[in-house]
Amino acid sequence: MDFDCAAFGATMLAGPDMSDDTGDTPETTETLPLDAWHRQKGARMVPFAGYDMPIQYNKDQGGGIVAEHDWTRDQAGLFDVSHMGQLMVTGENAAAELEKLLPGAIASLKPGRVRYSLLLNDEGGILDDLMVTNATPWIEGDEEASTEGHWGEPTYYVVVNGAMKWDDIAHLREHLSDEVTLTHMDEQALIALQGPKAATALGRVMRGVPDDLVFMQSTLYQFGEWPLRITRAGYTGEDGFEISVPAEFVESLANRLCAEIEVRPAGLGARDSLRLEAGLPLYGHDLTAEIDPVTADLTFALTKTRRESGGWMGHSACAVKLADGCADRRVGLVLEGRLPAREGAIVYHGEDQVGRVTSGGFSPTLGHPIAMGYVMSDHAGEGTELTVEVRNKRLPAKVAKLPFVPHRYHRGN
Amino acid sequence: MARYFTEEHEWIDVDGDTATVGITDYAQEQLGDIVFVELPDTGAQVAKGKDAAVVESVKAASDVYAPITGEVTEANQALDEDPALVNSSPETDGWFFKLTIADKGELDGLMDEAAYKSFCDGL
Repeated sequence: MDFDCAAFGATMLAGPDMSDDTGDTPETTETLPLDAWHRQKGARMVPFAGYDMPIQYNKDQGGGIVAEHDWTRDQAGLFDVSHMGQLMVTGENAAAELEKLLPGAIASLKPGRVRYSLLLNDEGGILDDLMVTNATPWIEGDEEASTEGHWGEPTYYVVVNGAMKWDDIAHLREHLSDEVTLTHMDEQALIALQGPKAATALGRVMRGVPDDLVFMQSTLYQFGEWPLRITRAGYTGEDGFEISVPAEFVESLANRLCAEIEVRPAGLGARDSLRLEAGLPLYGHDLTAEIDPVTADLTFALTKTRRESGGWMGHSACAVKLADGCADRRVGLVLEGRLPAREGAIVYHGEDQVGRVTSGGFSPTLGHPIAMGYVMSDHAGEGTELTVEVRNKRLPAKVAKLPFVPHRYHRGN
Repeated sequence: MARYFTEEHEWIDVDGDTATVGITDYAQEQLGDIVFVELPDTGAQVAKGKDAAVVESVKAASDVYAPITGEVTEANQALDEDPALVNSSPETDGWFFKLTIADKGELDGLMDEAAYKSFCDGL
């Protein structure tokens, strides 16, 4: 059998004819701040987004993709996502400048609020997807100087995909005015605590913090010497938190969290199966520069007022799609049996080729294969019966509502 | 009965003219949780070094090659019901298929257990 040619994310199935087709793995990889910690926990490290990253941890210590997946759905998994790009955009005009590039409302985003957004090219193609937080600091009043408390310089914290961060930085530098400052916070690590017990565990370590946040809210928190940015969000469909921490402290923080009975480390493998179940697209697979947000079923990221006002890169292309509809649409597919359809598998309606799988695998939670892909809009209705070709077999598949596994975000009241 | 190993992490038990094929413990460990195994049909001809089966783990699909040439006489039906047998007992109950050996000379060059172990230690 052959598994050593395989980079995670690229299909492993290869005749000799395909075995060179893993070209998206750079030759050299960098190490993450938690590299030694991962290895000490028996992680199997693979190259991903230019870094050596843990795909899964040692079986003897409760690891393995399915075990880590199930643990995260039931308890809390701790993921190292320090490969992601953490950026800061500051300046009086920061919101207006970002609104030239992002299709979402940024100016009306209140301090401490988070929004999912996209970087688009002129044709409406998706350059990356990202999370943007209004991180504008509150400046306490000073009675002696008789100043009142007020908001400081507008500040936006932006988290982008690891594999895209250098391109994103170049794009932002090219298009943002010189009046705003873009900082790449490359001294920061990022970890994600995800699962129904994440709040319990975090609340024991940092008392009160979970109570102050609901889904898509973010706060600064001084934990002893460690200045943390804690955001209630994630990429698993579960309640959870992403914690930005100076790289020098991340190992201590990871140990502190993993000391809680509910928390175990979880790798890239589980992250991928969790996000697929949650119906969340993965950039470079489900989203690319050839796909626009309407086709990708991400119109929620195009804030209504901004669809009308325009003024953002890619607006006219997206407006056409919004008005006229699009040829294809991102859908979920549920397969019968146990054989998964992977990225690249062709989708058929009868004998007609109607689409393509962009990510797929076996759902540990549901116990059957699931996939995400693009199919012609005529065949994209929920419940439409299609087939997917895997190794010359046509597997029955049905268009399914996303997410496959319901989200369990903590939205407060 | 003698057991041989390939550099592609298959094992083969030889008993007279028939043989049983599976993947090694090292292989299942590398693959992780196995969710589906596609086995050859009875009567299929498999050729040494060519695709004979496919293992689907949560992560990906991987080919399994035939260690030697022959005709498949039986596939392990238990793997249809419980593919995780390959994880729990890869070198016993998790066998893949049996075949009649076309040419015993092809066994030359396969590794014995000690040689395979040192091969894995070097990976």
